[in-house]
Amino acid sequence: MSALTMSGDFGLEKPVDRARQEAPLGGSSITSQPVVEAVAEPVKEKKMEKTASLPVAETGTPIGERLGALGRAILPPLLGMVVLIGIWYIATMKGGSIPGPLQTWDAASVLFADPFYRNGPNDQGIGWNILSSLQRVGIGFGFAALVGIPLGFILGRSPFLSAMINPIISLLRPVSPLAWLPIGLLVFKRADPAATYTIFICSIWPMIMNTAQGVQRVPQDYLNVARVLALSEWKVVTKILLPAVLPYILTGIRLSIGTAWLVIVAAEMLTGGVGIGFWVWDEWNNLKVEHIIIAIFVIGIVGLVLEQSLILLARKLTKESS
Amino acid sequence: MSGAHNMEKFVQIQSVGQTFDTKKGKFVALRDIDLTIKQGEFVALIGHSGCGKSTLLNLIAGLTLPTTGVLLLEDREIAGPGPERAVVFQNHSLLPWMTCFENVYLAVERVFGAKEGKARLKERTAAAINLVGLDHASSKYPHEISGGMKQRVGIARALSMQPKVLLMDEPFGALDALTRAKLQDELMKICDVSKATAVMVTHDVDEAVLLSDRIVMMTNGPAATIGEILEVKLPRPRHRLTLAHDPAYIDYRAAVLEFLYEKQAHVEKMAA
Repeated sequence: MSALTMSGDFGLEKPVDRARQEAPLGGSSITSQPVVEAVAEPVKEKKMEKTASLPVAETGTPIGERLGALGRAILPPLLGMVVLIGIWYIATMKGGSIPGPLQTWDAASVLFADPFYRNGPNDQGIGWNILSSLQRVGIGFGFAALVGIPLGFILGRSPFLSAMINPIISLLRPVSPLAWLPIGLLVFKRADPAATYTIFICSIWPMIMNTAQGVQRVPQDYLNVARVLALSEWKVVTKILLPAVLPYILTGIRLSIGTAWLVIVAAEMLTGGVGIGFWVWDEWNNLKVEHIIIAIFVIGIVGLVLEQSLILLARKLTKESS
Repeated sequence: MSGAHNMEKFVQIQSVGQTFDTKKGKFVALRDIDLTIKQGEFVALIGHSGCGKSTLLNLIAGLTLPTTGVLLLEDREIAGPGPERAVVFQNHSLLPWMTCFENVYLAVERVFGAKEGKARLKERTAAAINLVGLDHASSKYPHEISGGMKQRVGIARALSMQPKVLLMDEPFGALDALTRAKLQDELMKICDVSKATAVMVTHDVDEAVLLSDRIVMMTNGPAATIGEILEVKLPRPRHRLTLAHDPAYIDYRAAVLEFLYEKQAHVEKMAA
């Protein structure tokens, strides 16, 4: 018999429990198909598809209409940016401590002309600062995935362990990752691993929780298929559990990376060294306010790119299971 | 090989009862089920919803184990699910991340992978898909095909395993009438050719009479059991159009309807 039955939670009350059609946290879904669908005469299905695809091909949108659609998609965000910069411009017109858009632009062009210079440990180009922040996030995040995803699987499969560990997670999850920083400094004795460690701490919770939830929500139907086929545990994990849980894992990863990028800036402000957070603090000490504003934009853009690329990855990987 | 004895008593269900522990206490779903199925026989389980038809099917599948009594296949106790008792699930249960081919291949590989090479396994998969007439949809994903096609892939997956018993849980219940009729005809042909032993849960009287050698009619739950067993002695191959005017067919149909709506109607009234 398949080792699946070892968990013993098949719910004797409803042995062939129908697929619960719930979407994972965050959207993408692994629902089993709804039962009633338009059905053509099976023999004619192939022909039907062909004829059905013809009119679609013929009614290609004219170029003018396409440009219109493109304009409608781009114009509002563009307008939003213009308004933001306009307000910024007006607010800083009379001078004061906060530089206006033009000054900031000038500073940015100087800054980005040479993003990868090194003048000693505390004076490096903005490129190096971004890269070292990304590196910390990558390492902390990678470790969190390495620990969190398997742990989530275990918690999802074992009601006992889940009941045992869930209260601990609930207790620790609301704690700001920065509260862990002193412990990290104490344990690692150095600032760099301590910052990485805070990223680990803040990334791991969404990974554990989402993976566990995904495992718990694998439709009973799929598990019944596995049982009838008497698949080996390896096949169950690779052919059924992993694909079914993947959308949940990706949601966990996406939530984590957002928080990780938020936290790294704060952590680096406290630990120093090289990194975008430290750089912000350093420029504050130098009173180069235009650099701080540039940093805000840079942090925003990097965060946006991280999140969007993960959404893209998730869409690519889960396209098949939609 | 098993002898004549086993042919007659291929599947044996002996005083089987099923009780579930619920939050409201014990719930007796089935009691005193005794049934013997011959090899090559097509048996339909029919009854009102909640009468434990699917529970009985799950017991034969081994997905659940009986509280009392024993189930045997070829004189061996059914102690758990296994590929020699293939199940066609009500809602097809195809894995959405695999193509139709891969879904069937998963089953073929499991059953024959130890003995046969990859090429032969692929041949078997293609043959099963061909049997249900889905060659053109082989490389499509389940969400790209219609409900009827999905159910046919489900049947192909079950048949590809060359099971000793084919178990079907309302396989056509979710389909429209035309598609259902077409698939019933296909299933009849497949069963005639492969001489498969099949148990099908249904709530469709016409389906039961058309397909079955015997119709097992179940009383209403809770504590449901077998009410009557009707032997359908219509010659094969059967054709739905000629049968529609066949007096014997009409009599069988009437007998099942009578059981469902007269003898077993009172519980429904009580529940209402």
